[in-house]
Amino acid sequence: MSMLIFYILAIVAVVSALMVVTLRNVFHSALFLVLTLFSVAGIYVLLEAEFLAAVQVLIYVGAITILMIFAIMLTYQITSKSIRQVNEQVIPAVIIVLVFFVLSLVTLIKTSWPVSNKSLPGNNTFEIGRQLLSTYVIPFEVVSIVLLIALIGAIIISRQDGPSRPGQEDR
Amino acid sequence: MFETLFPIFVLAFFAVLTVLIMFYLPEILGPKTKSKRKYSPYECGLIPQTDARERIPIKFYLIAIAFVVFDLEVVFLYPWAIIYKDLGLFGLFEMGLFILILLLGFFYIVGKGVLKWE
Repeated sequence: MSMLIFYILAIVAVVSALMVVTLRNVFHSALFLVLTLFSVAGIYVLLEAEFLAAVQVLIYVGAITILMIFAIMLTYQITSKSIRQVNEQVIPAVIIVLVFFVLSLVTLIKTSWPVSNKSLPGNNTFEIGRQLLSTYVIPFEVVSIVLLIALIGAIIISRQDGPSRPGQEDR
Repeated sequence: MFETLFPIFVLAFFAVLTVLIMFYLPEILGPKTKSKRKYSPYECGLIPQTDARERIPIKFYLIAIAFVVFDLEVVFLYPWAIIYKDLGLFGLFEMGLFILILLLGFFYIVGKGVLKWE
């Protein structure tokens, strides 16, 4: 039964991911990205990573896609335009993608994937918190610095302090 | 494991089902009229002056970025908060540092006037 649910989620994820890269309207692509990320959250639930699933929905489905949709809405007249997602570079792109695909396939097959025999801790979220504040406390603090840089960087890039050009006093 | 998560799947199923019903039932039941007036955007009875798909000011994007950053902060607060009592003073100090660093960013955006709306 859980295998069946996995296959449904996987098919939804892959099909909507394909839609993201093939649809002609960027806005629709962004909406299909929501569906892809949502199915990934479903797979996390199947793997008993409830906290990760909740975070996936909160951050990726909720926040990141909103950010993307805002970026699309910021762009001049792109929402209602239909754009070809394929251009003249299609042959070099296919070659590069094929090389990359073969490389990752080889790595995927050659690597032995160690499976721990230990059963999952009863409540994953407690364990995440415990690890985050003991073993991984330095990365945890680095996260806050990364977030700070992201915040400041976005503001510096988008706000050009200086003489404002006519008609752009909103910047 | 599956038994505990079964309610979530039932909920998801009914959520999708409700949306589909709300979407397609009017199409089956409702009368089909096609007129120019029907397809014009509804704007509280006013005649729309421009296309709704305008460029939005960059301010919205900055607010969204700030939202994502502080949203992530809250996500990191959660696993900390549920084991807070076991961690003691060390945990409090670590989280204090975490929040302090992000607070710098908050003061920065307030100082830059990102949150100011006229």
